Amino acid sequence: MNFDFSEDQKFLANEARKFLESQCGMGEVRAVLNDDSKAYNEGVWKKVVEMGWLGTSIPEEHGGLGLGMLEMCVLAEEMGRVLAPVPWASTAYFFTEALKLAGSEAQQAEIFPKIVSGDVIGCYAASEGPGNPDAASLKTTFDGKTISGVKVPVTDGDVATHAVVLAKDGKGASLVLVDLSGKGVSKKVLSTLDPTRSHAELTFDKAPATLLGKSGDGAVLNDELLNRVAVLIAFEQLGGASRCLEMAKDYAMERYAFGRPIGGNQAIKHKLAEMYVKNEVARSNCFYGAWALSTDAAELPEAAAAARVAASEAFWFASKENIQTHGGMGFTWEVDCHLFYRRAKLLAVQAGSPKVWKEKLVRAIETKNAA
Amino acid sequence: MDFNDTKEEAEFRAEARAFLDKHLEPKTGARPRPGSGKDALQRAKDWQKIKAENKFAQITWPEEWGGRGGTSMQSVIWGQEESKYDAPTGPFAIGLGMCVPTVIAFGSDAHKKRYVEKALKGEEIWCQLFSEPSAGSDVAGLKTKAVKDGDEWVINGQKVWTSGAHYSDFGIVLVRTNPKVPKHKGLTMFIVNMKQKGVEVRPIHQASGGREFNEVYFTDVRIPDSDRLGEVGAGWKVALVTLMNERLAVGGSPGPDWGEIMEYAKSSGTITDQAFREKLADWYVAAQGYKLTKFRTMTALSRGQTPGPENSIGKIITANHLQDICNSAIEMQDHYGIINDAETMPGDAIFQQSFMWAPGLRIAGGTDEILKNIIAERVLGLPQDVRVDKDLPFDEMKAG
Repeated sequence: MNFDFSEDQKFLANEARKFLESQCGMGEVRAVLNDDSKAYNEGVWKKVVEMGWLGTSIPEEHGGLGLGMLEMCVLAEEMGRVLAPVPWASTAYFFTEALKLAGSEAQQAEIFPKIVSGDVIGCYAASEGPGNPDAASLKTTFDGKTISGVKVPVTDGDVATHAVVLAKDGKGASLVLVDLSGKGVSKKVLSTLDPTRSHAELTFDKAPATLLGKSGDGAVLNDELLNRVAVLIAFEQLGGASRCLEMAKDYAMERYAFGRPIGGNQAIKHKLAEMYVKNEVARSNCFYGAWALSTDAAELPEAAAAARVAASEAFWFASKENIQTHGGMGFTWEVDCHLFYRRAKLLAVQAGSPKVWKEKLVRAIETKNAA
Repeated sequence: MDFNDTKEEAEFRAEARAFLDKHLEPKTGARPRPGSGKDALQRAKDWQKIKAENKFAQITWPEEWGGRGGTSMQSVIWGQEESKYDAPTGPFAIGLGMCVPTVIAFGSDAHKKRYVEKALKGEEIWCQLFSEPSAGSDVAGLKTKAVKDGDEWVINGQKVWTSGAHYSDFGIVLVRTNPKVPKHKGLTMFIVNMKQKGVEVRPIHQASGGREFNEVYFTDVRIPDSDRLGEVGAGWKVALVTLMNERLAVGGSPGPDWGEIMEYAKSSGTITDQAFREKLADWYVAAQGYKLTKFRTMTALSRGQTPGPENSIGKIITANHLQDICNSAIEMQDHYGIINDAETMPGDAIFQQSFMWAPGLRIAGGTDEILKNIIAERVLGLPQDVRVDKDLPFDEMKAG
């Protein structure tokens, strides 16, 4: 039995934690929160690029580090702990994985080195309003050369240089690559529950686009992409949930009421124990997702869904009960609890809400049982 | 990251399987009924003897005591493999898992010579006598008293929830030898012969209808001082060692799981109900979470490390989910779901049976609340509860 990260991967996690604690503290997050003109923390982003992390899973021939998805999972958890206010997930999970899945050799050769160097910031544009778009409901169209339509919301859409867009053409849904600096692209910044990650509405009016993968494969590619990304987001959620438990525990030890630390009361102890249980359930499911992702296992659909469901629940519970444990202080702008509460909600609904993943999970089990 | 055995682990697993194949039938699909037949105990004793003769009885015990001198990982592997067969192991779990290790740790050479081998071979069965009617979660508040009379102690009082007391030959009993000091300091542990005069075992009629546990009454039971385990007044320390020896849980689920309710929902048509599907996903995630957490614990053992506290989440998850799954399965059938007759209800009324068993599971071996306290205090490091009786002599404590 070897169901854990390796010593090297744990070393990477430890180094990443030290780096992020020194370079991406809550001050860096708040610099974005408190300044409407800032879409992300450019200073932190520059350092992340310098660390080479954007190339973690990109092959060495394209300028990456050529490590695997387990290393990506390790970094995702650490990024989640610090609420990294940078377009990391959009670029390193969605955009990079989409190119890996569907990009041609030429497309990969052109784009991957620019991701590693920080010249390309990517995003993934699928949503067109409430609900999850599928081939039948998609309104954005691709005519073979350009796309037209409105994508909303697009995480990091206002800062990204490139987008992978889900559009429909004559054969159904397709993935296309769009240079957002080109003509026919307009961006409108959106106000969201999580101001530490920027969101935009992207309007395409005959914007030049190139096909990724085969025409008509968009729905399948979208599913495969989301399964892969789900595991990484789940690790971010796990990092955030772990941090919330630590914050709640520390506060419960130092806050006195009725002559003793509030953490001595069973109402608080049991609440925190429940957080711990949910976090461990999430961690074990995330590990399984990591295994499935890193080995391209047939179990990936159910493993990814289970990781996502468990981690969404853990982060939601930990973030709301962390505020509760902090009492009135937890409801102030100055105390960090609300930042985790905000991020927890963003990560829970990005790429499909828990109800979507629960349905995917049951379908994956049914498919497996039928086989 | 993988789920494979190391070379040594695979070799041991193969050896275990070969041995099991030779002696037992693999479990079939049907859920085994609780063993209650007349010959169930004899079958269990026979199997225990065969295991002992082949050094599979206690994997981690030193060879000196008839064990294999194996690793914790081998013990887990053995448990996994044995659970795939129709192996009657119930009567020995508490004795060999908790009582006899306590005898080995605190008993005299004479005790070890007299008791260990016979227990290992299944010739004598042991039970553990700690809980009392007024001392459950707060077991150190127990009242059964022992008074010294020459070279003997005279025991009077009542124990409760004693598994297997009716077929046990010996027990370890925790009693109060000094009521004038705070509760933890006045306890002492003894070996007690369960077949002697003054020991009366009465089955408890459980809320579930069954009678699997017992009350044990002690009336002027005499125990020689030489059968004391540990110093007089050091019983609490001895008890902690007993409880630490609880085996690493490796068994399967304690009742029907998500897979069984899913099958049930298919036959009843509920499977298309969106609310049910979301609950099903939650149960799956929790069950997977528990199973995979055990894999993490095994990984630590496999790497020669001490497992972390992650395994402490197990019973909280499984007991609550069992109750929830049974509740949903019954409601799924509306009024018909109230029928608990195995002849009438499809699936042997397993959900109805487990519905009545689940409340006990949330209490036995540490209530949900005590387990959450343990996680909060030992894992998270939060302060202990206020203990108003901490420094009070036992006989001045409020009780009720």
